[in-house]
Amino acid sequence: MARELTYIAALNEALHQSFAADPSVIMVGENIRGVKRSETAGLDGAFGADRVIDMPISEPAFTGFATGAALSGGRPIVEFQVSSLIFVAFDQLVNQAAKLPLMLGGQRHLPVTYLIMGAGAGGGRAGQHSDNPYPFLMHAGIKTVIPSTPKDAKGLMIAAIREDDPVALFAPAGLLRREGEVPEEPYATPLGEGVVRRAGDQITVVASGNLVRKAIEVAETVAADGISVEVWDPVSLLPLDKAGLAETVAKTGRLVVFDDSNRTCGFAAEVSSLVAERCFHDLKAPIKRITRADVTTPFSNPIEYASLPGRERLEAAVRALLA
Amino acid sequence: MPPSTTPDLPDAETQIGWYQRMRLLRRFEQNAVELVDEGDIIGIVHEYVGEEAIAVGACAALTEHDVITSTHRGHGHILAKGGDPARMYAELLGRETGYNKGRGGSMHIADLDLGIFGANGIVGAGAPMGLGAAHMFKLRGEPHVAVPFFGDGAMNQGVLLESFNLAVIMELPVIFVCENNGYAITTPIGEMTRGELFERAAAFGLAAEAVDGMDVRAVYRAAAAAVARARAGGGPSFLECRAYRYSLHNVAKGVPREDDRPAAEQADWRGRDAIERLAGELTEEGLWPDGARAEIDDEVDAEIEGAIGFARNSRRPDPDSVLDHMYAVTYPGLPAAGWE
Repeated sequence: MARELTYIAALNEALHQSFAADPSVIMVGENIRGVKRSETAGLDGAFGADRVIDMPISEPAFTGFATGAALSGGRPIVEFQVSSLIFVAFDQLVNQAAKLPLMLGGQRHLPVTYLIMGAGAGGGRAGQHSDNPYPFLMHAGIKTVIPSTPKDAKGLMIAAIREDDPVALFAPAGLLRREGEVPEEPYATPLGEGVVRRAGDQITVVASGNLVRKAIEVAETVAADGISVEVWDPVSLLPLDKAGLAETVAKTGRLVVFDDSNRTCGFAAEVSSLVAERCFHDLKAPIKRITRADVTTPFSNPIEYASLPGRERLEAAVRALLA
Repeated sequence: MPPSTTPDLPDAETQIGWYQRMRLLRRFEQNAVELVDEGDIIGIVHEYVGEEAIAVGACAALTEHDVITSTHRGHGHILAKGGDPARMYAELLGRETGYNKGRGGSMHIADLDLGIFGANGIVGAGAPMGLGAAHMFKLRGEPHVAVPFFGDGAMNQGVLLESFNLAVIMELPVIFVCENNGYAITTPIGEMTRGELFERAAAFGLAAEAVDGMDVRAVYRAAAAAVARARAGGGPSFLECRAYRYSLHNVAKGVPREDDRPAAEQADWRGRDAIERLAGELTEEGLWPDGARAEIDDEVDAEIEGAIGFARNSRRPDPDSVLDHMYAVTYPGLPAAGWE
């Protein structure tokens, strides 16, 4: 039987293998050393405190530190313990790292990986610990991936580290303890290639990260009523597999974008406009979006849940499209 | 904590070289302003005139392997670190032969091969990048150092203060060089900051001192001591170099140039001009022959003229190259064009 690992253990294995394979790989972040059960477990013991560097609570400085290390032959990984912390470091992410390669006229590559842990709403964490801010980074031109399985968590972590550009990897809070098959050898999952997670022929649901599982559950539910849903996982949001997206829409003719970021200027808005521009004549019905509400994530459970894209709303949207 | 030893000054030839560099910095900027007025340079230019001794004195203590990070007022640092005025003018004029192939302009000129991580349009933002470079030197066992340059205005920028702490706790080979020219754009430093800047740095645990930024020899001595200490594993330092910018914060074509700073203050600083000071010392101490100065000045002007000619004769980027250099690795549709 194939080996199974949790998502977080798959990230950990990817980090260990990347550190072992390339001495220029270093990692900075808060509380990344001396931990026993996390994505960074055992790294400092194996590779030393000069490569696995605990940082003060100074997100801008350690993000900029990584940029400088990358310009000096390093291949740094920056960990943000909470996704909302990227906002603290926004100048260094957006004005500096994202813009430098072009502003330098291509003089140097900038191989930095931003590992953004516990992304999305984890339940009861309130407004400053529940964001899923990938559209901000995508808007700034930072390559962005959201693995939805332990296998992709490992493969995309390795791919992100090997990529010669800044890449943000969002590890959703809802997936970290989930198990799945993970090959033992190092491998890179390519950026820019979407995956059909469940084949169907009447409706495409685009879903990523934590929502892939929920979309598949909804697809199974409606299958009992003879509705055939295809679940397409972009895996990599920037670059986006536009050809793969067009292919699934051409096949089904109907699209629901199920996305765990805000509605306005969110990922679903981008997918919808791409499909409207490129696949208009394949569409048999208007595009629907099931996203977060454009509100700060509230604390209390009923209203937190109500603000997020859930199974019930997806199921209703799917049924409405075929009604 | 002052440096434990004061390095000797280098030989006359080297000091004459400092004169030449300072003169080059000044003439580069004066000509850049003319190019703005003539419409050759589109956008804004921040002149370094008045502060030449800081860049030249500090960079005199560095090798090409050492790294500097710079500021919006960056031309002087780049020239002092060995930058080529021709490729710099080409960048200012937006030419393909510029350092950044016309993608960066005045506020982003960089030469990674010379350890110049680039000018930077955001105050204080270059400093943490210098720390990352310094850490990689340390990790590889190389004796190189990083020198972030920044102004007095940056002393209230969070990322710079974070960088002081980080450099100290990581014992990084970094020399922070603060160019205190007294003004953040038009705001006097005293209105925005209390206490001495170098004392604030010292409170972070940096070896910190203030030097006369209008005296290239003083800047060199302080920088060389700090660099030697950093190379030997003695950790980071902070130099506050007190100087004055003779010009406004920046210049752009058609924008009025009224300087509201007190006339007496301006005259006082101009009376302490670093280039005149070194020239006087070289003459007084008999370190250069009669006529050497005029000869050097002519050489500098000829170099500037040639550099501007190179820039003017270079081609502008092809509009079809607009998507180039955003990424090292591109994909179908990435970067996206705005029209298809």
